[in-house]
Amino acid sequence: MELTPKEYQSMVEKASDPSPLWKDMVVAFLSGGAICLFGQLILNGWKNTGLEQKDAAAATSITLIAIAALLTGMHLYDKIAKHAGAGTLVPITGFSNSIASAALEFKSEGLILGTAAKMFTIAGPVLVFGISSSVLYGVILYLAGMF
Amino acid sequence: MREKRRGMATIQFANPPQIYAWAAVGGKKESQGPLSHAFDMLFPDTMCGEKTWEQAEMHLQKCAIYTAANKCDMPVERLDLLMSGDLLGQCAASGYTARGCKVPYAGLYGACSTMAESLALASCMVDGGFVETVCACASSHFCTAERQYRFPLAYGGQRTPTAQWTTTGAGACILGPAKDGASVRVTHATLGKVQDYGITDANNMGAAMAPAAHDTIRTLLSDTGTHPEDYDGIYTGDLGEVGSRLLCELFERDGIDLTQVHQDCGTMLFDSHQDAHAGASGCGCSASVLCAVLLDELLEGKQKRIVFAGTGALMSPTTVQQGESVPGICHAVVLESGKGTN
Repeated sequence: MELTPKEYQSMVEKASDPSPLWKDMVVAFLSGGAICLFGQLILNGWKNTGLEQKDAAAATSITLIAIAALLTGMHLYDKIAKHAGAGTLVPITGFSNSIASAALEFKSEGLILGTAAKMFTIAGPVLVFGISSSVLYGVILYLAGMF
Repeated sequence: MREKRRGMATIQFANPPQIYAWAAVGGKKESQGPLSHAFDMLFPDTMCGEKTWEQAEMHLQKCAIYTAANKCDMPVERLDLLMSGDLLGQCAASGYTARGCKVPYAGLYGACSTMAESLALASCMVDGGFVETVCACASSHFCTAERQYRFPLAYGGQRTPTAQWTTTGAGACILGPAKDGASVRVTHATLGKVQDYGITDANNMGAAMAPAAHDTIRTLLSDTGTHPEDYDGIYTGDLGEVGSRLLCELFERDGIDLTQVHQDCGTMLFDSHQDAHAGASGCGCSASVLCAVLLDELLEGKQKRIVFAGTGALMSPTTVQQGESVPGICHAVVLESGKGTN
């Protein structure tokens, strides 16, 4: 009795444990929320130093990026992310981690062809689509403003 | 002609080559696992005192080869041939290790099935009378494999339950014509066919390799006219929990109960609390379990006859990104204890 790929696929689905989606989502919600709460505290802190709302927001992003990069370098970020999942991936800290981890990883290939060239291997698509869509929205906004 | 060929794809050695000596080396996680006592050498430092992970993997291979050679009082330079492989692009760890050995070298790539492949081919070289002594070796390193196949180490991602953990380790065997005295012999070898049942999830390699293991083991059994119960153990390379489940199910469809004798090196190397998910993988997995545990048990006569079936997933990061499915391969060798046989 020959096995067809379709039959095998259904055998595989039965034999493979699925990811614990509900648990993953709850943990992601709580950890992602905790990062946002932390971000809000930083924002309030910057505003207390006398920064304007806009400048304080930029300073908050910079602070979060710096903390995430530091935790990445200390190999703590991946240990937190193992449990937090999308909770640490989605906020700006995840973006920082994806750049810092690649920069560290490819250090052995040199500063130019290693760190600098491979820094954006994971974050690259985020930049490409982020910048492209911001240009697109800008154009739409501009055209809408003409009428 | 073909007097050593049995059935569809099995080689029966006229004068089964003997494995004179073997050695297993491992890394930190391996040293915390249930087989840690059996390793010849364990490195608590992932870098093994080197500057890069690639160099660390070369160091593992070198230690395995030199330790095995030492055990049978043979200077490495006197080997007629070194047959080794690893997971790195261009088989770099093996090539660079061979640079220091200064003996004829044949690099092999069979993904995680490399140890079984090198044992099978090395046995052919010995039985064919082409070499007097040959070293079969394979290695893998968690960090070199991660960066090649997956993400940077410090990247914060989640692994799926079916994902496996690449072994940091190496195993080496020195083979030659059978001499008097009890040791381990390679009696048969079956080189497998590549099997692909359309698995595209590179995080479920056990599922991609199980049909290959099924095909090769079934061919070996039918070519030699043996049954699973004729062996003390049928050891697959690194199917992990998912692949092992599937392999037994595939045999069940054939009306064969494999569960009594089947074990998987991937599920033996780490404990469940070591967070390896579905088990260990990598060339170093089956190589180090073979050299740390299985060969010793054969030498002591605890096991008389076993099948060692290395399994490999033959995809590359590029083909996976291009949407190709993951082809699996399995090579098997039959190992017999010299103790209690003639």
